[in-house]
Amino acid sequence: MMNMARNGVVSNRRWKSESGIDLLDSQTEAHVLAVDDSLIDRKVIERLLKTTSCKVTAVDSGMRALQYLGLVEDQRSSVVDGLKVDLIITDYCMPGMTGYELLKKIKESSTFKETPVVIMSSENVLARIDR
Amino acid sequence: GYLDEQFIQLEELQDDANPDFVEEIVTSYYTDSVRLIQNIDQALAKYPFDFEKLDNYMHQFKGSSSSIGAKKVVLECSQFRKYCAAGIAEGCVKTFQMIKQEHAMLRKKLETYFQMLSSAGGT
Repeated sequence: MMNMARNGVVSNRRWKSESGIDLLDSQTEAHVLAVDDSLIDRKVIERLLKTTSCKVTAVDSGMRALQYLGLVEDQRSSVVDGLKVDLIITDYCMPGMTGYELLKKIKESSTFKETPVVIMSSENVLARIDR
Repeated sequence: GYLDEQFIQLEELQDDANPDFVEEIVTSYYTDSVRLIQNIDQALAKYPFDFEKLDNYMHQFKGSSSSIGAKKVVLECSQFRKYCAAGIAEGCVKTFQMIKQEHAMLRKKLETYFQMLSSAGGT
């Protein structure tokens, strides 16, 4: 847990931390968008991230994530201009849009393509993509 | 043991500001998993079995069970999925009985555990 706070990256469902992204900006709280169709997993992720002093927004699908980020074509959200998301964590296996499909859409956007995206897989295969 | 280190990690996330976190998660798990069990029961009542649908339900069930560290349940879930992949109907039915048993047993144990915690004055 201490490692978690220092390194701030969640890379698989066993919550083992990995060195990498420094989430804690010296000025403001990091804002993480968590995407998972399972309510239990959303609760656990939220709690886990909050112990590292991140602000967390949890949504239950890739579509909702895109809506939140203002990336759905005919539903441009006016909130987007001020929106700061420092990290996106998503489940891989979700009905509708998989985590990977969500990643692709995010990377295609001009607003969030630089935002690191972490994909979690319940098969315990590590898939972390950061461009 | 019925639970693995995942459960311990959940307990580590609990603190004075969130004293009921684990109980909350477990309650959510049981609401969710009971629903999935019903879905699977219904799917197992239809012949021939829709193995893909069964596998999907089981994937979700296994995922949630894994998130609370229910290791015995998870083991049976993996077995169930193997039978689905191989299309062995009887295997699915038998394994599902095991899953329901493990699931119920774990629930009793967890209920006792939480009762003990609260009667111990709740830390």
